[in-house]
Amino acid sequence: MKIGLFIPCYVNQLYPNAAIATLELLQKLGTDVTYPAKQTCCGQPMANSGYEHLSQSCNDLFIENFSAFDYIVAPSASCVLHIKDHLHSHANEAAATEIRGKIYELVEFLTDVLKIEKLDANFPHKVGIHQSCHGLRGLHLAQMSELVAPDFSKPRHLLNMVNGIELTELDRVDECCGFGGLFCIAEEAVSVKMGKDRITDHTKHGAEYITSPDLSCLMHLEGILLRNKSKVKIIHIAEILNSSPTKA
Amino acid sequence: MKSTLDHATLAEEFNKDEERVDWHDGALWWIRQKRDRSANQTPQWEELREAASAIKSNVISNLHDYLIQFEENLKKNGVKVYWATDAEEHNQIVYSILKEKEIKQMVKSKSMLTEECQLNEYLEDRGIEVINSDLGEYIQQIDNEPPSHIVLPCIHKRKEEIGELFHEHLGTEKGLSDPTLLTRVARKHLSNVFLTRRAALTGVNFAVAETGEYVVCTNEGNADMGAHLSEVQIASMGLEKIIPERKHLGVFLRLLARSAIGQPITIYSSHYKKPRAGQEMHLILVDKGRSDLLARPDFRDSLKCIKCGACMNTCPVYRKSGGLSYHNTISGPIGAILAPNLDMKQHADLPFASTLCGSCTNVCPVKIPIHEQLYKWRQEIVKLGYSANRKTFSMKAMALTLSSPEIYSTAGKTGRWLLNNVPFAINNKFNPWYKQRDMPDSSQQSFGEWYAKNGSKK
Repeated sequence: MKIGLFIPCYVNQLYPNAAIATLELLQKLGTDVTYPAKQTCCGQPMANSGYEHLSQSCNDLFIENFSAFDYIVAPSASCVLHIKDHLHSHANEAAATEIRGKIYELVEFLTDVLKIEKLDANFPHKVGIHQSCHGLRGLHLAQMSELVAPDFSKPRHLLNMVNGIELTELDRVDECCGFGGLFCIAEEAVSVKMGKDRITDHTKHGAEYITSPDLSCLMHLEGILLRNKSKVKIIHIAEILNSSPTKA
Repeated sequence: MKSTLDHATLAEEFNKDEERVDWHDGALWWIRQKRDRSANQTPQWEELREAASAIKSNVISNLHDYLIQFEENLKKNGVKVYWATDAEEHNQIVYSILKEKEIKQMVKSKSMLTEECQLNEYLEDRGIEVINSDLGEYIQQIDNEPPSHIVLPCIHKRKEEIGELFHEHLGTEKGLSDPTLLTRVARKHLSNVFLTRRAALTGVNFAVAETGEYVVCTNEGNADMGAHLSEVQIASMGLEKIIPERKHLGVFLRLLARSAIGQPITIYSSHYKKPRAGQEMHLILVDKGRSDLLARPDFRDSLKCIKCGACMNTCPVYRKSGGLSYHNTISGPIGAILAPNLDMKQHADLPFASTLCGSCTNVCPVKIPIHEQLYKWRQEIVKLGYSANRKTFSMKAMALTLSSPEIYSTAGKTGRWLLNNVPFAINNKFNPWYKQRDMPDSSQQSFGEWYAKNGSKK
């Protein structure tokens, strides 16, 4: 099983530790994982702003980088959803279709493909889960609160395998954090208010860390936490799942 | 009166009073929770949504035939039928009906369509007084402000503010803000209105093609009061309000009030079919952009909307920006996908007033893929040139960099390309990101650089 590791642009540049944790975790689980060096971005920043028509060369580059792999795995639900929903190619639609079918966000790859049932990890902290909307309502990583349907949560399932962890609750289990790509700039006031309210929900329930399968949400929340000199930290789910089994 | 400010500006204004935002957000979230409880208590809720969506798909695919059938049955029942292409034509028809009867006062209820058509202003210019009898709309009318929500028109007003309005306009005691007492005062004023108005106009929730009857759903009974006491009864409806058969009401009536406010059914679901002896009934079928929408395959599903407002209550952006920020009669997520069809330039900002979180789509009782349509409207708006040149320029620069690994990695090394180019990350004090947020530490090497050194060793 050959896995192509897709590290989205902003993760590559701003959150290398989450990327390293993803790589190490996949290696620990015995997979053959490679990072194609020439990758850049999924094209979502343009497309969500209404410029999908400018993202064709980005798409073609993505296809070139990842066609050869059996699976593509990325530590970012939002970017994965974008590829799944919007990757197309004038030149080679067959290759694009194949990619849309074999790309996975890390959590779903662990639960649905590798089907792991235990992990050797230790993270003795109180952790709140932030459901990224694209992970939740796009990739169905957990049940959506709006639907009348049985409850499940893939991130929670994985985090429950970690020693010492205490998962904290929320009043609003899957409310959006307000990042929304360029929304965070164009609608600054509402975006920040949404983020502040998510943080309050987590801190009120005693979370020391906020984790998520999506760093874009976490970057926005971290921005607010840093500005307010909060002690609460953000951490990508890969870093918890890859935490050392012995060190606290 | 059309506002020239965009959603972001109006929302920022709304957010200056954070305590008020919290209150507004909390009030609507409470309604969303009521909706959830109610949905969870209803057997086969998701199947009901599916059925409603399928019935509406059938309706919009066969709209022409159903409308003709509906018209024939209306005529058989003794109702006069009119077709209006736009707001102007609709308003002229209402005016001509009233003029012929020399009616100078009309009571109105349950009609967002006539708000869209600005019927009140049109009639007032011609010397006809109109009173909105739904309590929320009545309050908005007194305050000379459009509704901020299609089901809860004055949800953005606190009871103290309503007390102040009543004091000013209806002569209540200063400082009175008890909702029950205020409602009694309004009821007293409105009873007199009902007794003296010769004409009553209502909207339509469901128009049954099979029988030629239409159904109006209210909690206050005001539509009935107006209609029963009038000698001229007028109904205005958008073309999309059709359902094929009466039995389909069993699906829609179960969904409507539960989705809207978590109530099993509206207190009144009134069926109107034939005029009483001595009464006239008129029904106006209004296009106003509906057939244009039908001709847009990517967007026609928005014609399924039954105007429950669930998408507004669940939308965090709506809750934290207020309905009036959308500067359109229909606000929130559904307003943001309906408005560009009517005037893309005026409403070019609305599809961007969303994080595309998708909660709206999940609560929609007729399963309109609202957030997918928001995404598609963004593409349309940009393609047709309603986006700022500056944004287009920066998007082109971004696309160029991201399509070339060489430019990208050089740019990345020379001071983190992202921090200089991606709009939310541009590191200067003019960037709105930094008004209330910081960026993470970016001094470390990128993963790409780390992997080049360490990746192969593993």
